[in-house]
Amino acid sequence: MDYATSFGLIIPELVLTGSGLVLLMIAAFGGEKASRLVSILAAVALGAAGSLTIPALANGAGGDASMAFYGQISADAFSAFAKLLVYAAAIGCLMIAPGFFGQRRAMKPEYPVLVLFATLGMSIMVSATDLMTLYIGLELNSLAAYVLASFLRNDSRSAEAGLKYFVLGALASGILLYGMSLTYGFTGTTSFAGIRAAQEAGLSTGALFGLIFVLAGLAFKISAVPFHMWTPDVYQGAPTPVTTFFATAPKVAAVALTARVALDAFGSQADAWRQIVIFAALASIIVGALGAIGQNNLKRLLAYSSINNVGFILIGLAAATVEGASAMLFYLTTYVVMSLGSFVAVLMLRNGEGENLETFEDIAGLSSTRPGVALCLLALMFSLAGIPPLLGFWAKVEVFNAAIQAGLVPLAVIGIAASVIGAFYYIKFVKVMYFEEPVGRATKGGSAAHWAILIICTLLISPLGFLLTRGLQAMTDTAAAGLFPGV
Amino acid sequence: MIQAIAFYLFATMVIASGVLTIMSRNPVHSVLWLILAFFNAAGLMVLLGAEFIAMLLVVVYVGAVAVLFLFVVMMLDVDMAELRAGFIKNFPLGIAIALVLLAELVLGIGALGAGPLELGTASGANAPNLANSNIENIGALLYSKYIFVFEAAGLILLVAMIGAIVLTHRDLKTTRGHQNITKQVRRNPKEATQMKQPTVGEGVEL
Repeated sequence: MDYATSFGLIIPELVLTGSGLVLLMIAAFGGEKASRLVSILAAVALGAAGSLTIPALANGAGGDASMAFYGQISADAFSAFAKLLVYAAAIGCLMIAPGFFGQRRAMKPEYPVLVLFATLGMSIMVSATDLMTLYIGLELNSLAAYVLASFLRNDSRSAEAGLKYFVLGALASGILLYGMSLTYGFTGTTSFAGIRAAQEAGLSTGALFGLIFVLAGLAFKISAVPFHMWTPDVYQGAPTPVTTFFATAPKVAAVALTARVALDAFGSQADAWRQIVIFAALASIIVGALGAIGQNNLKRLLAYSSINNVGFILIGLAAATVEGASAMLFYLTTYVVMSLGSFVAVLMLRNGEGENLETFEDIAGLSSTRPGVALCLLALMFSLAGIPPLLGFWAKVEVFNAAIQAGLVPLAVIGIAASVIGAFYYIKFVKVMYFEEPVGRATKGGSAAHWAILIICTLLISPLGFLLTRGLQAMTDTAAAGLFPGV
Repeated sequence: MIQAIAFYLFATMVIASGVLTIMSRNPVHSVLWLILAFFNAAGLMVLLGAEFIAMLLVVVYVGAVAVLFLFVVMMLDVDMAELRAGFIKNFPLGIAIALVLLAELVLGIGALGAGPLELGTASGANAPNLANSNIENIGALLYSKYIFVFEAAGLILLVAMIGAIVLTHRDLKTTRGHQNITKQVRRNPKEATQMKQPTVGEGVEL
């Protein structure tokens, strides 16, 4: 193992680390005036790291050649795809933040620095092929996320969200570590390849406990039912740009990580974890759909929507095939675009005093006061509900198709039935915006950056975006193949 | 011979200071006894040839944890008499926990006779070079094979530090109660004062 090769493979991470440290210096000496500069530079650094990731995806890198540091980290096509998605979402969240925090005089140059380090953690998470790397990446991401959640420190709800996220996140990390220690004890190795080889012969009771605890810890990070309780509170309490960040980038990283753990480390025991994933998928879809019905707060509702979507993503994982993994990545991409768009749209709703509006009463009759935002939200909600010409529908088709091909017909049938329940509250959104008396509260809000992101997201999910699906599908297929070295 | 003497010395001291930690009436004394227990445990580790763990015990537990305890104990005004008052009330709970621990002990001793667990065997790739001390062995692994995770762990500590500063640092202007002219100008006698006519022998209720 040559260290130069290893360092060559982790160049995106090195770029992020280096720029994070330099930007921290600028932030420390420049003070609050440097916020905008640091934000722009952080976005540039993410873009640079992203462009350095493209070759791995284009070449379909995989196998031993992509392994760095004695197999602790892998720069394969799968991680490259997930990294691109994470970087894109992070850039979006950097762009929308200055407007929101600037208005509250709470913008600090540490915000982009923390986002950058959180993204570095996610980058490590998605390429981890060793339990130690996995944990280090996860903690780097989580620790930055706890701080970001309570970034508006004078707002008691933001502080509460941060504290709640921290306490529950620490508990989940403990569960995950316990599972990892059991797995290590019963297999004698921490590398995914080693665990896979050791479990080929069968799963001892201790190793099974390890698997269950590891999956429980990861289910918390992707907010799958029954470990979803923190999601609505944290999403509601955290500042909206931070919520947007939580709902997109870390979700991608955690799902990619879960997929790699399940398909690579525990890949030889697919039957053991499949039932757990199926249960989590169905429970997430149903709880996500039913829980959202009674919500009045839009951020809380979108939190339940994200729980619901995680369920559909897990259906792709439950298939445990290349098609399933590919469908999962396809859905994940669609989900990121849709939630980025809908959170930005909510962020753009402000009343005359400049306060952010986030309940259903506030958006009644939005179509007459803010026709542009209302139209974009209409498209995004129909896409989330899975109405045919929009991208959300094709993502659902992909996932259910993969499940049926893997012989999981009942899972697909229940999933389709439950997605109808989910459609209720997405359409309620549209009904409130278009068919209720205008209250005229949401009168202004939305900078150029907000509009740009909202329009890009809407175009991507619109029937026009369908033209891109072929290219996207080719990419997800390459990425998913990277997870199955034997095939 | 000298090893046996050292072992019994350290072991006795650990147990004695452990007992005194929970017996002493003054919480500050408890922490000091605890520090003595850590030092002696470190001595036991040196006897085992685990000098790295011995140093960790002194640096981490004595240097950081125990001093933190000491600070907490001194800062918080812990009333031991009040703590002891709950003894009778919580006695059944204490007994229940003690019974659980006893059951675990019995079960553990019983399981010991049933043979070892079928654990996985390590590949031996990280086997120590016995010619070197274990500090050298750990250092050689941390700075070569595990350099990536080691450095990333450093980044986690950096993020923790940034987070602590971001959440607690306030500019001097806001910490020192500065003058709010508008508030002062808007103050009027009606809101600031109250007329009371107390009867003799009764206090004023505000």
